[in-house]
Amino acid sequence: MSATTVAGLAFAVSIVVAVSVSFRPLGDYMARIFTSPSHTRVEKAVYRTVGVDPEADQTWATYLRSVLAFSAVSILALYGLLRLQHHFGHPYAVPQMPPAQSFNTAVSFTTNTNWQSYSGESGLGYTAQFLGLAVQNFLSAAVGIAVAIALVRGFARSRTDRLGNFWVDLTRCTLRLLLPLSFLVAVIFVASGEIQNLHAYRSATGLAGGAQTLPGGPVASQEAIKQLGTNGGGFFNANSAHPFENPTTYTNWLSTFLEIVIPFALCRTFGKMVNDKRQGLAIAAVMGLLLVTTTGLLAGAQLAHHGTVPTAVGAATEGVETRFGVPDSAIFASTTTATSTGAVNSFHDSYTSLGGAVTLFNMMLGEVAPGGTGSGLYGMLVLAVLSVFIAGLMVGRTPEYLGKKVGRREVTFASLYILSTPAIVLTGTALAMSFAKERASMLNSGAHGFSEVLYAFTSAGNNNGSAFAGISVNTTWYNTALGLAMLFGRFLPMLFVLGLAGSLARQHHVPVSDGTLPTHRLQFVGFLTGVTVIVVALTYFPALALGPLAEGLR
Amino acid sequence: MSMTTSMLSPAQPTSSVRRIGGAQLYQALPGALRKLDPRTLYKNPVMFIVEVGSAYTTVLAVRDHTAFGILIAAWLWLTVLFANLAEAVAEGRGKAQAEALRRTKTDTMARRLTATGEERVAAPLLAQGDRVVCEAGDVIPGDGDVVEGVASVDESAITGESAPVIRESGGDRSSVTGGTKVLSDRVVIQITQKPGESFIDRMIALVEGASRQKTPNEIALNILLASLSIIFLLATATLQPLAIFAKSQQPGLPDTSALNAHGVTGLVLVSLLVCLIPTTIGALLSAIGIAGMDRLVQRNVLAMSGRAVEAAGDVNTLLLDKTGTITLGNRQASEFVPVGTTNTDDLADTAQLSSLADETPEGRSIVVLAKQGFALRERADGELAAATFVPFTAQTRMSGVDLHGRQVRKGAAASVTAWVLGTGGVVPAETGQVVDGISAAGGTPLLVATRADGQPATVLGVIHLKDVVKDGMRERFDEMRKMGIRTVMITGDNPLTARAIADEAGVDDFLAEATPEMKMALIKKEQEGGKLVAMTGDGTNDAPALAQADVGVAMNSGTSAAKEAGNMVDLDSNPTKLIEIVEIGKQLLITRGALTTFSIANDVAKYFAIIPAMFAAVYPGLDTLNVMRLHSPQSAILSAVIFNALIIVALIPLALRGVRYVPSSASAMLRRNIIVYGLGGLIAPFAGIKLIDLLISSVPGIS
Repeated sequence: MSATTVAGLAFAVSIVVAVSVSFRPLGDYMARIFTSPSHTRVEKAVYRTVGVDPEADQTWATYLRSVLAFSAVSILALYGLLRLQHHFGHPYAVPQMPPAQSFNTAVSFTTNTNWQSYSGESGLGYTAQFLGLAVQNFLSAAVGIAVAIALVRGFARSRTDRLGNFWVDLTRCTLRLLLPLSFLVAVIFVASGEIQNLHAYRSATGLAGGAQTLPGGPVASQEAIKQLGTNGGGFFNANSAHPFENPTTYTNWLSTFLEIVIPFALCRTFGKMVNDKRQGLAIAAVMGLLLVTTTGLLAGAQLAHHGTVPTAVGAATEGVETRFGVPDSAIFASTTTATSTGAVNSFHDSYTSLGGAVTLFNMMLGEVAPGGTGSGLYGMLVLAVLSVFIAGLMVGRTPEYLGKKVGRREVTFASLYILSTPAIVLTGTALAMSFAKERASMLNSGAHGFSEVLYAFTSAGNNNGSAFAGISVNTTWYNTALGLAMLFGRFLPMLFVLGLAGSLARQHHVPVSDGTLPTHRLQFVGFLTGVTVIVVALTYFPALALGPLAEGLR
Repeated sequence: MSMTTSMLSPAQPTSSVRRIGGAQLYQALPGALRKLDPRTLYKNPVMFIVEVGSAYTTVLAVRDHTAFGILIAAWLWLTVLFANLAEAVAEGRGKAQAEALRRTKTDTMARRLTATGEERVAAPLLAQGDRVVCEAGDVIPGDGDVVEGVASVDESAITGESAPVIRESGGDRSSVTGGTKVLSDRVVIQITQKPGESFIDRMIALVEGASRQKTPNEIALNILLASLSIIFLLATATLQPLAIFAKSQQPGLPDTSALNAHGVTGLVLVSLLVCLIPTTIGALLSAIGIAGMDRLVQRNVLAMSGRAVEAAGDVNTLLLDKTGTITLGNRQASEFVPVGTTNTDDLADTAQLSSLADETPEGRSIVVLAKQGFALRERADGELAAATFVPFTAQTRMSGVDLHGRQVRKGAAASVTAWVLGTGGVVPAETGQVVDGISAAGGTPLLVATRADGQPATVLGVIHLKDVVKDGMRERFDEMRKMGIRTVMITGDNPLTARAIADEAGVDDFLAEATPEMKMALIKKEQEGGKLVAMTGDGTNDAPALAQADVGVAMNSGTSAAKEAGNMVDLDSNPTKLIEIVEIGKQLLITRGALTTFSIANDVAKYFAIIPAMFAAVYPGLDTLNVMRLHSPQSAILSAVIFNALIIVALIPLALRGVRYVPSSASAMLRRNIIVYGLGGLIAPFAGIKLIDLLISSVPGIS
């Protein structure tokens, strides 16, 4: 085993250990956040200012309206900020962002996607980064967590139509969880060499004697929430491959860890809130199983080095930062696509075809292993509901999950959920491939060119935000189409999740007996994994066959 | 269990043989063809998609005139036909039973009582509340209650049981069913049915499946299947621009039967779609439901709704009456306990002597115990010639025999003690303890005493009569417990007796000195905790509880009120059947779940057959996915389509019979079904498609 492989294994194992260690305390802490009856003074002030009654318990429809209203305002505000950013004073020249791109960017950051059709250092000013994008990095992550918590309450509560208060969940998640953790992380990042300033860009002469422009910016503060909130929108175009955004292997380790820590710990929160911690562990096990497998496959594909150049250097090094190396980059690529982060520290377009296929596959799973903050948990729970329905029938009872019967309403909402994302991704891809002008955006031909389009819509529809690159997406058509894909890909599932939560909460709890399907055992973990792979991911098999598989199989 | 006579067995002697043969499929063919009508098929969205696809490929096949196209179109039509066949076969079984029932619905004339006398009216014109007279030989014109008189009635038309039953006014045996025949005496019946809604009408509707409504789980499953179909419809439809692009990238390559400049050919695209949508379960779903109801009918249980059958699978608590369900109807001698100086053999001998002429079940059981435990045979013929038997009367509460001047008596402790004391005899001191001990254990003590001519009587000992729990009940309750079902015994006995029997039978709980109100309260309490309750009942006073229970099985021998209140009727009036009903309900759900899992798991192999066949010409690397090494793209696609159709036929027997059901914990059941239907569903099509491919590639001119 080469030294690189050993280093990669150590990187992976230490992350697994770190996530396992933080699983319980962080999960329990989050459970406390969302179940505590008291408000802090700051929170009370926020509620007074916004004009919200924090004690008001909302029905699923009200909760949904709050989510949609809040997100609509967020999109509008961000759109306005982007359109007007050139009027704010900056230490360097900032252009006005065109309407389609502003729409795309506003939707992108509000939906926790962070797809970027602009380049941060040339397209944005500090105001937009600081007051627009960074703010949405916090809020969009909190919205996802809030919706997940509402679904968990649907399981935990009985005979009620109330799911909690969105404004309280949003405020608490931001103030008690994301802000303090991000602050801590930002301090570590600054200490590790990331920049945090409001300087003008500086000119310098490089070691080779060439003239360079060194950008500045409040990077570390944005970087912390970018990773922690599974956002992934880089301050700079090069994202986590940029030395000011991800300077060392240690910040790289921390960035990888931050992507998955909350999505996994939320499983514990779920177990705690439904009063059966084994259930949370089972969900985490499914996520872990999928993530470890895909990471292994991805790293394997990157190290297997087919082709002349990779064989010569021992691995597929194209597009990979030498600071991080192939294995660590592969792990980062896997976690960033398996969570809805979408930050990149290497270029997926340059990956081996099969390696690229794994990054696609990760997103096609529906961002559930472990997925985005909140969205991963609710996505996996919806799949669990469907799995329980099929497996539950096989034990001869009307299926029930956590004491809630999975009947017509529940199956309807769950089916619509799994239907919506593939519909968006496949329709978007097919449309793009139908128009000659849109096909012209591809910078590569053949299967690889198609993979780039498929990747773009998969990333947008699943709210991942990473890009395969190799495609010019800053056109009005792509900005609009991908913007719509992100919008529907975020809020249609949320609609169905909250509807599901509402109908679950109304039911009473069916007592558990020996005849009840056990959903905390290994057999259910295996079954749910199987359903996730076969029902969700296999939908994309024909598309994958014409893209990365066509290119990679020989 | 005890049920061996299949319903209507006289009219339909083959009904107990439930094999699906070619003949049965052939008989169902006309029905299956009728079901091709899109106006009815649209209710099954999965098969409707297949039918539309079949029609489309037929047009293409006619236009292109290729053997491949004709074969694909033919097999797609067969897929729809096989699905219809499954449903038609399931319905066909019910139809035969319905025919037999219809024959009993003769044009009966009723003798309706009027203010002035009686008039003759046709049975269908009878209204609710009418009173009619029936005498020996009359067919009862409609469902009702006997309000006057008592009669023996032949109910074989509906129960298949030829022994006549007694129906009398008042009490719990007053209900009569239209179409049955009065054998003796004269009764006045008050009609309780509405015209055209008689029990037999409902039975006919049920067994024919005409009144079959989709059950909640079936509706939910249908939604899931429809969604999966839409997803795959999208996946195949959006494939077209991708395929056109792929083809355009390699302009030099020749067109294939799967792919040309216009993308994937219609034939292949439809084949892919049909293979991916869950056709297996879509085809068999309704047959499974019909067959489930049919299995109940075979056991002589009529469920008024499919919902009730599903609820039976979900039951958490079973309320079972003690007598007749858990215990045999009568108490039996289990032990001879001598008192004083008597030894056991003498007691056994005397007890047997006292019971020889006693034809009550208890009396017979004493003779049996003496024979089995003490090898005492019946007495020789001459020996009892001089004997005078003293029958049991309500006054003396004793019975016995007088023989050669010796009097032998057995009976209730108080009565026998009084008799002994009255003759100046002595009752040994421990007698009281023994009697109390037996009572405390839930048994009934019978004292045995004897008196030589003119001498004072002596108490010899005590016979222990006890309730006998039916064989195998403990094991059944253990099974129930494994399935997570709690059993509660309902009895009128005192708590002491009840506890003893409950312990012996192995039920989880009991309700002693039960009244209908207590039963009702128990059901409500369980239901408040979210549990589903099943019970049986026959009396009018059971009606509210039967209505409240989630599954209420009324005995056919019971009152009309009870039958109306329950959601199932057991024609055999066998309360143990509740357990079988639960199992049938579970089996119904398991069959649906298993075939759904199988159907979805099948998709993996089909992808591996069709995708390389479609695109390996453009991207040769994709031939790696052809893991089955199928002969040619055409044979691969055709094999997948043929497999997809044949698997439906292959699974019809399973759908009708239900998957094997072994009572066990949910965890064990899930493990077994995941292995058989999940893993089996992954692997089977690889083997099946390869086999079909081998066959068709050896037919000249096809590949």
